[in-house]
Amino acid sequence: MSQTYQAQIYVTLRPSVLDPAGTAVESGLQQLGFTGVERVRIGKYVELTVTATDDADAKQQVDQMCDRLLANPTIENYRFEVQAVTESMSEGVTA
Amino acid sequence: MKFGVIVFPGSNCDRDVVYVTQDILKQPTRKVWHQDTDLSDIDVVVVPGGFSYGDYLRCGAIARFSAIMRSVLDHAQAGKPVLGICNGFQILTEVGLLPGALVRNRDLHFICDRVPLTIERHDCPWTQAYAGRHEINLPIAHGEGRYHADADTLAQLEDQGRVLFRYCSPSGAVDESGNPNGSLNNIAGICNEAGNVLGMMPHPERAADAQLGSTDGLGLFQGLLKSQLAAVSS
Repeated sequence: MSQTYQAQIYVTLRPSVLDPAGTAVESGLQQLGFTGVERVRIGKYVELTVTATDDADAKQQVDQMCDRLLANPTIENYRFEVQAVTESMSEGVTA
Repeated sequence: MKFGVIVFPGSNCDRDVVYVTQDILKQPTRKVWHQDTDLSDIDVVVVPGGFSYGDYLRCGAIARFSAIMRSVLDHAQAGKPVLGICNGFQILTEVGLLPGALVRNRDLHFICDRVPLTIERHDCPWTQAYAGRHEINLPIAHGEGRYHADADTLAQLEDQGRVLFRYCSPSGAVDESGNPNGSLNNIAGICNEAGNVLGMMPHPERAADAQLGSTDGLGLFQGLLKSQLAAVSS
């Protein structure tokens, strides 16, 4: 039986890729007085729901989405979490 | 020699390319809508600059899935010329015809300028018309034009002589002072291993009419025509 899963996907720049936006934000935070701030890196967050037969299927689908479109492996890494959507959660999603 | 200029939603340099190939060089030219799939009548495919699909997700990431791109891949794999300019270069890296990626400029600015470039070699169709010239000036206009690739890919590009254009200082020095966006190895344009696919961030089509101040970009298109004539006569 198929089931709806909620996925939370984090796409981050590979450590070897210079992140000038992160550097600019780091300098802004330091000017605000957060002098201990270092290594700011800015990435992307994607959330979506997907219909899948089970946990493994949901993970496999999301992994392929990341690999083929949501992240560019040349410059980015990704990680994600998937969770089956229950009735009470889906109300929360639409609210 | 027939040119096909791909038009995506958000392309904005397509008509500039058509003006160069059709009006200046008098070559038959057809604009090809991204939902079309037929390129059988086309000799040279140009993927023009702009902001295809609003640059959503990453520049070129969505355009890559357009119906026409399957035909562009076939065209390239058949050894026929494919030129990607600016957003077109970004699309060609996303679709895997060229290695690496174009990321946010080092200093975060969108740069709209005219910059000096070195021509690294003159023995390929794209640059043969520049024989005797080692430096040209071309317009650039991009926010995400910093070329990035891993160390192995960079070494391979260099070993195989696939970097055709590099940013340089006004005196012709390829160094950090002449690097507007932070591109690795000052890379402004590269070709694939076979040499028939070229991607470049600078805009040759915006420097091809003397009335607009420069014709430094015209040689690129003239070189292609020359190679075609050579192919016919041999």
